[in-house]
Amino acid sequence: MSKFTITVNGQPREVEADDDKPLLWVLREDFGLTGTKFGCGASLCGACTVHLDGQAVRSCSVPVSALNGKPVVTIEGLAQDGQHPLQKAWAELSVPQCGYCQSGQIMSAAALLAKTPQPSDEQINQAMSGNICRCGSYPRIRAAIHKAAGSS
Amino acid sequence: MLKFLPQTSRRDFLKVLGLGAAGLVVGCTGSPPASPGTPVSSATPSPAAQLEELNHFVKIGADDRVTVVVKHSEFGQGSSTGLTAIVAEELDADWSQMAWEFAPADNKKYANTLMGIQGTGGSSAIANSWQELRLSGAGARALLVAAAAAEWKVPVSEIEVSKGTISHKSGKSSGFGALAAAAARQKLPEKVLLKDPSKFTLIGQPLPRLDGAVKTNGQAQFAIDQSLPGMRIAVMLRPPKFGAKLKKLDDAAAKAVSGVFEIVTVARGVAVIAKDFWTAQKAKRLLQAEWDFTKAEKRGSAELFRDYKKQLKTPGPVARNDGKAEATLAGAAHPVELEYEFPYLAHAPMEPLGCLVDFKNGEVDLYYGAQLQTVDQASAAATLGISQEKVRINSVFGGGSFGRRATPDSDYVVEACSIAKAAKEKTPIKLIWDRTDDLHGGRYRPMSVHRVRGAVGADGKPTAFFHRMVVQSFLADSPFAMMIKDGVDATSVEGSANSDYQIPNFRVEVHMARVGIPTLWWRSVGHTYNAFVMETFVDALAHAARQDPVKFRLAMLPKRSRRRGVLELAVEKAGKPPQGGGRGVAVHESFGSFVAQVVDLEMKGGKPSLLKVVCAVDCGIVINPDQVKSQMESGINYALSAALGEAITLKDGEVEQSNFDAYKVLRLPAAPPIEVFIVESNAAPTGTGEPGVPPLAPALANALFAATGKRITRLPFTLG
Ligand code: FES
Ligand code: FES
Repeated sequence: MSKFTITVNGQPREVEADDDKPLLWVLREDFGLTGTKFGCGASLCGACTVHLDGQAVRSCSVPVSALNGKPVVTIEGLAQDGQHPLQKAWAELSVPQCGYCQSGQIMSAAALLAKTPQPSDEQINQAMSGNICRCGSYPRIRAAIHKAAGSS
Repeated sequence: MLKFLPQTSRRDFLKVLGLGAAGLVVGCTGSPPASPGTPVSSATPSPAAQLEELNHFVKIGADDRVTVVVKHSEFGQGSSTGLTAIVAEELDADWSQMAWEFAPADNKKYANTLMGIQGTGGSSAIANSWQELRLSGAGARALLVAAAAAEWKVPVSEIEVSKGTISHKSGKSSGFGALAAAAARQKLPEKVLLKDPSKFTLIGQPLPRLDGAVKTNGQAQFAIDQSLPGMRIAVMLRPPKFGAKLKKLDDAAAKAVSGVFEIVTVARGVAVIAKDFWTAQKAKRLLQAEWDFTKAEKRGSAELFRDYKKQLKTPGPVARNDGKAEATLAGAAHPVELEYEFPYLAHAPMEPLGCLVDFKNGEVDLYYGAQLQTVDQASAAATLGISQEKVRINSVFGGGSFGRRATPDSDYVVEACSIAKAAKEKTPIKLIWDRTDDLHGGRYRPMSVHRVRGAVGADGKPTAFFHRMVVQSFLADSPFAMMIKDGVDATSVEGSANSDYQIPNFRVEVHMARVGIPTLWWRSVGHTYNAFVMETFVDALAHAARQDPVKFRLAMLPKRSRRRGVLELAVEKAGKPPQGGGRGVAVHESFGSFVAQVVDLEMKGGKPSLLKVVCAVDCGIVINPDQVKSQMESGINYALSAALGEAITLKDGEVEQSNFDAYKVLRLPAAPPIEVFIVESNAAPTGTGEPGVPPLAPALANALFAATGKRITRLPFTLG
């Protein structure tokens, strides 16, 4: 057990945890930020995607001891009142079905748009292939990314 | 056909709502709602206002908000938005004032009228609620109107309601909230008027989902997110083979992990109870268990297929027998024969299953994405040794189900309850599965083998069809076993034995295989394999008869078959077939809805690749066309995922896939463009959660045959 200070959504927060405890479980269990989801625990599904220093990472596979002071942004902190252009496009196009994968989908898409404001279909394929949606909302995810890109 | 009742008597109305003649329940909620009970709406939640319950399904707050009580699960189908729209329509509410919340488990008030118990399945949420919720909305409206008439001292007939405003020509007007309390004291009039469908303003509109906001900002609450003070986390170690029993356990190392509270043995395995998930998982890996495999299923997929094929050679119980299929085939000049193989499939909902159990003082609260409330209530009660009334189910969003949450023996709920019962310290305990627990947890779509023979006469019309299959019945040995008649489980043969193709000699036989691998309904159930068999075999018959596959099908379909309309529409909308690739079609009825799909393949670098899928659906009156489209897209992608990648295989009785690296599901780059068209209809609404699934795989296989001449009879398959 060690003490860690992590900047999450702009706030420094303290936690005492095993060095190998994944960031995902620190966010969910220690900080109560349950918007980030657990789907596979092995970097295979993308449900746990957050931003670490602006990069999309799978928080299930990042030990809390490996953060090195880099800031973390979760779905709760992506934008004020959930009004990121992607979140708006997602709700307007009724992208979510069960909704379980969607935090991860949006975080992956947000990292893509931050670097590539007008992504092509091929760039969307690249950025989103690590995020599974069992409900098959893929056509709408693609459409919503294009929509948000057009409005941002 | 639509049973449209323009007028309903008060007695019918009360019967539908399960209310006694004593009248309406008036209640109010004092404290602000806690997380599972928070109403879901597109608007920002307002502080809890006093709520008046106008009937079991409609609550109106002093702030004008109308909350619809949703008795069905919401795990993606969007029925919560559709059900809310039905009430809003009859109530003449404004869409912006609508919200919904989950119903508690209460079979008397909230049974699925098609099932007789409270539960969601068979794509029935809209179909069984249609009449009930129209009456609830209309009834609540009548009460509001009566209250306004009394207060304004004017005749009821002069009151108008529109977009949430009640008004009279004198200029008096009011919102719903101000009259809700008075309305709750009114008596229902003798007749409640339902709207003429031509006057619908919300039904038929592409309203955005009410849960769109909470499902994009991280606020949506699933079982895995539930929390109570003092809560502990449980994870389970289960035997590696189905049917094995624990022989010996060494849990010393696991117990020594700091943060582990208890290790308990329950019927389904060994549970570690710890302060958090990570600690529990670490301890679970340290458990040393020895298993007794005497009663375990030890066959692997290869042995099971071998045994199934042996059984396939022998006659089985008859599910349908028109004419003389065998004799006709014996005399046929060029009979067509194909054998099919389908693997076990996992549902793999995105949220690994779990349940929070708070068991104290002989009562229990369960927090999870419930699907068969009445069954789970009974199973939980039996497990905990309490009466059913002491089991409260607090429903939350389900992170997908596809049938997995509707288990006749309530598997994961019982597991969670048995851990809570065995735990010495009575704290709230949340069971969390991981992906391996999910994929190894059984309840698969059953594997099956099929032998089909058919023939076409000299006139080009099919003369005989003989379909024999070997498949496990998941109803056998379950509380639903009474649904098996004369050795035939109708869910095994659906999509084949009840086909409306006009073939004079038509025989279907089914062997119920006895295997120790637990199976379950999987999105569209028997249709998942029977639609594939039917629609690829019919394609093969058309090919043998040198006929166009669409015309061949139309010639076999009765004049009034609603399959005709969707097939014609899909083909028309698909336009010209691709150059150099291949086109396949399939059309199928399931759960009262009719769906046709056209799949186009193009050749890319010498390999077939998916160009697009065109889909036409007839599901009666459409509540929300955008949600119908969304469910078709979902069904198509779910089916495509299974067709091209998914299989649960066993070796020595042990499942070989442990996570999404080996259990290969569809990802975004492989998802094709999909176009969905809806057949206009005034038939009563039917479901869309499952019917989009069955036609996809056969249409894809038929397209592959058109492109390459290769007939696919084994799933999963690859395009290249
Ligand atoms: S939970 Fe992290 S990638 Fe699946
Ligand atoms: S919306 Fe259900 S998994 Fe994506």
